[in-house]
Amino acid sequence: MTIIEQLITILTAIIAVQFCRHIAFIAFPAHKPIPKFVQYLGKALPAAVFGLLVVYCYKNVHLLEGHHGLPEFIAGLVVIVLHAWRRNMFLSIGVGTCLYMFLVQKFFV
Amino acid sequence: MSRPSSATIKTAFIHSLPILSGFLFLGMAYGVYMRTLGFSALYPILMALFIFAGSVEFIMASVLLATFSPMSVLLLIGMISARQIFYGISMLDRFKDTKGLGRLYLISAMTDESFAINYSAKLDDGIDKTWFMLLVTLFLHIYWVTGSAIGSVLTDILPFDFKGSEFAMTALFLVIFLEQWLKEDSHISGLIGLGVSALSLVIFGKDSFLIPAMAGILVLLGVFRSRLRAYH
Repeated sequence: MTIIEQLITILTAIIAVQFCRHIAFIAFPAHKPIPKFVQYLGKALPAAVFGLLVVYCYKNVHLLEGHHGLPEFIAGLVVIVLHAWRRNMFLSIGVGTCLYMFLVQKFFV
Repeated sequence: MSRPSSATIKTAFIHSLPILSGFLFLGMAYGVYMRTLGFSALYPILMALFIFAGSVEFIMASVLLATFSPMSVLLLIGMISARQIFYGISMLDRFKDTKGLGRLYLISAMTDESFAINYSAKLDDGIDKTWFMLLVTLFLHIYWVTGSAIGSVLTDILPFDFKGSEFAMTALFLVIFLEQWLKEDSHISGLIGLGVSALSLVIFGKDSFLIPAMAGILVLLGVFRSRLRAYH
């Protein structure tokens, strides 16, 4: 690619990302009533989206090869148990991340 | 819009902290990655600033090395970013009182992480919600660009092994998913999200599971609408 083609490619990516970020707000502007089904989606979607994001984070795990995703699942389980117990976001994320870094750097090498 | 109180700034900063290390390290990894592919430091820094979407930026590295084809870039990046449409729908209500440049920035720079934090944060009465959301978004943006800049400029002299630090993102989403779970009486929506996405991942594979998963979630939320009375 030439520099110009690279610029066009990057601009295209920016447009695609911005389109997805803006489309809901363009379709349903603040000053107009939002259709009932969209209002319902606005409230019902987040729980499902957080589920989708969790799965998204685990998408690179290979269950059948390598370490079978053990570091990801062990650290994830620790995060959940710790958070259900103490409800402290920094503690859960901090301990989980340090444990995962230890596991992939020293244990499941 | 008057200036934010120091309590608002502090609260936003504290809420952004779980992402600080993750974005710095992931940003560094991205900067290093781009440099090792032969790009100048300007590429990762400018893309971090103007795209501000980690998954898209990593993919752009290989896109820029492939044949020039803007239409396929539009489709590919649009598909990866489509989950942003769900964030938009979920934030319609929370952004409705924000106007002008602030609104433009909140929408233009919304990521998985800023959506998760801004949607789920429980704020005290003295905290300005609009400023809180703006500052969280801005802090995350700064972390990401700074990480990319450090990684791409200091590629050869970074002394430490940041392998595994990206797990902070997974941990954040696990925590937020759990918080949402504990808060809600009905777990149908959460279970639909987990189940449909996992099933879609198994069937379609990691590169193309997002769109079918989103379609499945929409269909099931429609089907279960009358059962999900709590959301009406």
